[in-house]
Order: sequence, then structure tokens, then C-alpha cells
Amino acid sequence: MFGIARRLRENGLLGINARNAVFMLPNNPRRLYPLVDDKLRTKTLAINFGIKVPTLYGVVEFPSQVKGVHDMVAQYEDFVVKPAQGSGGEGIIVVLGRAGDQYRLADGSLMDHRDMEFHLNNLLSGIYSLGGQPDKTLIEYRVLFDPVFEKVAYQGIPDIRIIVYFGVPVMAMVRLPTRMSKGKANLHQGAIGAGIDIVSGRTLTAVWRNAIVAEHPDTGNPVSGIQVPHWDTLLDISARSWELTGLAYQGIDIVLDRDQGPMILELNARPGLAIQIANRCGLRHRLESVDENQAALTEVTDRIAFAKQHFAALPLSG
Amino acid sequence: MKNTHVYILAAALAAIGVGVFLYKVLVVGLPVSINEKTELWEVETAISFNAKGRAVNLSFHLPQNADRFAVVNQSFVSRGYGISTREDGPNRRATLTIRKEQGKQTLYYGFVVLRGRPGTGKAPDDEPVVRRFKMTDPERVAAEAIIKGAEAQSADTASLVVQVLKRLSGAQPTRPAPKLLGHKVTTRKTMAIAAKILGLARLPARTVHGIALGLDRRHAQFEHWLEVHDGDKWVPFRADADGPGLAPDQFAWWRGPAPFAQITGGDLPQVVTTVNRVRNATLQVVRSLGESAKDPLLTWSLYSLPLQTQLVFRLLLVVPLGVFLLVVLRNVVGIKTFGTFMPVLIALAFRETGLAWGIMLFTVVVAGGLLVRLYLEHLKLLLVPRLGAVLIVVIMLMAVLSLISHKLGIVSGLSVALFPMVILTMTIERMSVVWDERGAAESLKEGLGSLIVAVLSFFAMSADAIEHLVFVFPELLLVLLAVTVLLGRYSGYRLTELARFRVLGGKQG
Repeated sequence: MFGIARRLRENGLLGINARNAVFMLPNNPRRLYPLVDDKLRTKTLAINFGIKVPTLYGVVEFPSQVKGVHDMVAQYEDFVVKPAQGSGGEGIIVVLGRAGDQYRLADGSLMDHRDMEFHLNNLLSGIYSLGGQPDKTLIEYRVLFDPVFEKVAYQGIPDIRIIVYFGVPVMAMVRLPTRMSKGKANLHQGAIGAGIDIVSGRTLTAVWRNAIVAEHPDTGNPVSGIQVPHWDTLLDISARSWELTGLAYQGIDIVLDRDQGPMILELNARPGLAIQIANRCGLRHRLESVDENQAALTEVTDRIAFAKQHFAALPLSG
Repeated sequence: MKNTHVYILAAALAAIGVGVFLYKVLVVGLPVSINEKTELWEVETAISFNAKGRAVNLSFHLPQNADRFAVVNQSFVSRGYGISTREDGPNRRATLTIRKEQGKQTLYYGFVVLRGRPGTGKAPDDEPVVRRFKMTDPERVAAEAIIKGAEAQSADTASLVVQVLKRLSGAQPTRPAPKLLGHKVTTRKTMAIAAKILGLARLPARTVHGIALGLDRRHAQFEHWLEVHDGDKWVPFRADADGPGLAPDQFAWWRGPAPFAQITGGDLPQVVTTVNRVRNATLQVVRSLGESAKDPLLTWSLYSLPLQTQLVFRLLLVVPLGVFLLVVLRNVVGIKTFGTFMPVLIALAFRETGLAWGIMLFTVVVAGGLLVRLYLEHLKLLLVPRLGAVLIVVIMLMAVLSLISHKLGIVSGLSVALFPMVILTMTIERMSVVWDERGAAESLKEGLGSLIVAVLSFFAMSADAIEHLVFVFPELLLVLLAVTVLLGRYSGYRLTELARFRVLGGKQG
């Protein structure tokens, strides 16, 4: 047992206690959390900063507005319903179109008006929000994902998670929905995470349910070696996200839209640690090298250059 | 982020906690274990005499706290007599009086002697006085002869006293001694003479009368010894000793030439003293000491609270232990639980129901609530009404369980009412949400994790030894606080992470 702990330490694996005690709590001021916990505020912030986000169609804030939601979305064929303060991708509904009076969802099922209203009411009363406090519903543009991941995603939208520390992108992965994750891009719901080489933007190995996989379990296509398009833009967005929120340690979720290119889906003040398995590499050494050089890394270009110089993917045996 | 501040805080808290704890154990003598026993002696004196049909005034000496022994629980059994006590030089006297009494009288006086502990009070050190005793001329000559001989063979006060005692009470008293002692030699008389002789040598000396505690005695005889003031304090000497000091169980009762009891209106009182040796729980002993003591650590103990409040704090003070265990299990081991402190509250309920019954009742209530909750899912109720409905169902389930177990005659079943129902309701709600979103396996896993943590904290919180420790030594909670604060900066792996990230445990290539 201690042998494993020692080897994990040598490989720089970051545990949840160390993430919280060493990197998050000292560097992320609590008052900034609402900026990322409330997706409506994140969206406004990003727009003001000139970073693309999925267009907001409308907000449902009070139970009295719930019945009006059908009129609100009447002009859109497809859209996404999500809680403003949700976590872990819970409470998100992706509507692809209509089937008569019902909504056709991404997983192929149908949802009638009553079910949709019930879902919104639940959502407003805070069932998906972090502390259980009353929440808001965002209705927004459904991202049409870039065909690059078409063969390795089961429904849903693959998104790219980049861990950023003091504005330096330190580690990245792409999260691919599976049948098990019901089209959602969250690892603990059964999505695949594939590491991405910070230098080249190519996917590395992938992890599914804490195990290493080479192919997508539903489509059977290889998940490694895929070049993520617009990689330099993605690095630029993530490097600028520090100035965006002021949080030194954060995870940034980016989606690639077929027509509009990369856009920020959400920011996360408590990004998970499974990205280390997807990259088969620990975060800790990378975070520490940013800590050591942080004084010199004031410009966005410097930070990207630093990341490319130091965080190239290393082959990991065993 | 510097951890120095945290370390200093933790070290300070732990130092205060351990310091007070050690003081209470080593100096005050509070027992670490609940089973620790200490010995004490119950002494009872029966004074009997024949009253002569007129006013009776009986006075006798009372023992006092001293360095080595403490006197507690004094009591008189003397129907009809008025009792008063007063200071009399180095002694305390009780005076029992009655207007008119006839015939055989027996009065009882009892008390308990404990080995003294620091902070439990000392006898007042009275001023030494050199007494001038009346002596006839032959007596004076004999006394001076003894002093002269003793002085020649001694180096200091102590050896002088020993020499004087030797000359008076040795196997063959030296020549001048019989003149002083007379024909019937008793220890009491010898000591009185020794005090006189030493007074002649300008040394303050007095006789002391007491009993030997030791084992049980039916008729404890008074023993007599000498105390000489060496300019600093009173030093005791036994008749047959080669130096100062007493046997460990010699208990001083009163000092000076006066007899134990004096009476008017009756014939000479007969005094019978019995000593009964008992072993008693140390805690009780120290507490009874504390009642007469001025040590703030004893008078400010939780035992000074009303009994009802004491019971509440017996319960409250073990909660930090459960919480500490929870912190360890969550942050060092990495067990997932529903709700931060839910397992501790469940464990508190287990204390009342007993473990086996507790687990059963908990499982039944949660399972029943979960069934209802999964059914309500179909009705598409809003959050707060849904929680309310589950809460109502939980309370009804608890009532039904109580009724069933009452009919079946199972007393433990009744204590189901002690389960925290709101916590149970929230647990049911979260379990069903996790059930819905991550599957039954994950939900049952977390539910079982919560139950395991609850059982472990139940064991931590229900051990008698632990409850005794935190109640008698609440300062130990400061140590617990220190470790908890330290754990707040623990940045090592959780045990469950070792399994989760096992694939990254290989050699870096």
C-alpha cells in the first residue's frame, strides 16, 4: 500500500486533499466562486471578454415563467436546457427537435410538455444546484459539434477540459460521451476521457471508468491520435481564462462548434482529477513548475510558450 | 500558504490539553481509568458513659486535615445532644451537651480518612511555643542529667530528640529516667515527659495522639508520639525510632497533654474506635476531596454541574470523537457518506437503541422511505412538498415501528423515536437522487459507506473508558481539535485514491 503511495508520489499524482489544500484553497479566493458556479454570470463575463459562448436563448427564473417556456423556444428547432448552478452535467436536457407535441431528446427519447415543466420546476427549486439553493434555468444554443469527434462520440457533445493554473494550461483532455453516460460528457457518468498533448493537440490514451481503453466502447473507433482542430485558439482561450475570473486554479470546458469554432461551455473551480488518468501523468510536478516560474509568466504568449516547452506528453510505461 | 501558523496553533492547543491533563492525572490524582480504585478508611468512635441525672457536657477532639491525610464526611450520632465545635490551640474540639440525662449513654462520631493529595488542604502550622512545665527539684535534676547526656551524644535537633527518647524509653532506661517516669511506664507518659525535658532545653515540643489506619481494626488503640519544632516546621518522632518520621499509616488525631474526652455530669467515658478499610472508585474519592478543596481544577469540573446537565454533557462530549473519526474516514481513507455529519448523528441514535437494533431500525426506516420516495418520483412532485411528504412518511414509519415493537415486547424498538428524522429524510432524498442518476449500485454503496462510518463512530462514542476520559478530562478535546486542525492541512493521498489511480503507479518511462 505504501509502495503504491510512494510510486504515485514519484509520478506526481495529485490527490484531492493536495488539490484542495495546496493549490485551490490558497489561490482561489472564495468570493470569486460565484463567477464560475453561476453559468449565467460566466457567460456574461466571457462575452464582455470577447470569448465565444453558446448563444443564450432565454432564462427561466421563476416558477410562474415555466409554462411560458414552450413559447420561448418555439422559434428554435433545437436547444439545450441547463441549470445555471448545476454541477457534474446533471439536469441538462438536449433537445434535438419536435415530434408532434413532444420534444425529441438527444438520447432518442421523447419528453412531453408536462415532463419538461416538471423538470424546470425541479431545477428551479435547486435539486441540481451545488448547495441546494434555488436556481435559474438557461436555455441556449445547441452546439453542433465539429465532425472531428463524430466517430468517437455517442450522441451528446464532446468537450475539451483544460486545467489552467495561473493562466498556464497545464493539462488537457477531451471527454467523449458514451451510451453509458447517456450522451453526457462527464467521466463519472461513464464518458470517456482522452488525454491531449498540450504541444500538438493530439489525443493520447483514453480512460473509461478508471480503466485505460484504446477504442470507443460504442463505436469501436480508436480514440487516440486525433488532432484537435483550432488547438492554438483553445490554448489562447484557456490561458486568458485566468484574467477572466481571477481564479488561479480552474478547469475550463470548451466545445468545438462546426460553424463557430471553439466556445467556452463552462468554467469549473473544482475540476476533477481523472484527467491525470486520461493523460497517464500526474498534475503535481506541472503545477509546481508553474509555481516556481509564476513571476515571469505575466503575458498570455509567455504562458502558452511555457506550457508547450515544459508539458509535452511523456510516454508512460506500465 | 505557510503551514507554520497551523502547526503553531496545533502545537499550542495540544500543549495546553496535554498539560492540563497531566496535571490532573499526576498532581490532582484524577483516575485515567474508570475502574481505578483507591483505599480509604471509615473510622468510627463510640463514646459510652453513665449519665448521672444532671446536665451532661462531653467534649472530645476531632481530627483535622493534614499533609498526609484528608478527613471527610464527618458525622455525629447523638440523639438529643446539642453539638458545637471550636478551635482549641492546634486542635478542634466538639462539645456535646444535654440539659438532663440519666443512665448508659453511647454517642458515635464517624469520619472517613483519605490519603491526602496536594491541593486538598493542610493543617494550619501553628506558632511554636516553648512551654514551661512545672517540675519538682528532683525531677528537674533528673531531666537536666538526661539533656546533658543527650546533648553530648548528638549533633543537631533531630539527634538530640532521638537521644532523649532513647534515654527515656530504651530497653533499659538510663539511671535518671525512672525518677521522671515513675513505676507505671506508658508511651503516653514517656512522650509527655520527653516534651517537658525538651522544653527545658528550649525546644518547642508537644505530644501527638492518633491511630494506625492500616487494615481493619475493631479496637484501635491510640498511639502517641512526639512533635518537635525544628525552627521551620513540626517534625514527628516515634518513641522507638532512630530518626524523625512516622509509619505511613499513622494518623494524627489531636495534640497536647489533654485527654481525648472530658466530661462533666457523667462517669469516665469509655472510648472504642473501629477502623474499616475500604477500596472505593478513585473518581468518587477525588470528587469528595474536591468538595472540601479550593483547587479550581476540581471545583470547575463538569461534576459541579446539576446532574441533568451532566448527562447532557456526557453525550455532547463524545460527539467530537465521532466527528474526528468522520474527518479521518472521509479525508484520509476517502469513504463517501451521505451528508457531512449524518453518520455521527445516526451513531448518537445507536447509543440509545443499541447497535444491532439501531442498524435494523435505520435500515427499515431508510428502505421504507426510499420505496415511498421512488414511488413519489412518478407523481412528479415539486422538491419541497416531496421532502415534506417523505418526512411525514418517515415519522409515521417510526411511529408504526414503535407500536409493533411495543406489542412484541421489544423495548429497544421504542427508541426508534430517537433517530434524527430530518437527517433521515435528507438521506433518503439524496439516496434516491443518486439512485436515479448514477444507479442503484452507487447509491447503495454510499448508503453502506454512511452506515459503516456510523457504526465505527458508534464504537468510538460508546466506549465507557472514552466517555469517562473526555468527561473527567475535557481538555483532551483540545488535543483532538489540534489534530483536526492539522488534518485540515493534510495534503496526502486518500486510501481510496490509491486504488483509483493505481494505473498511474507504474515507473515513469
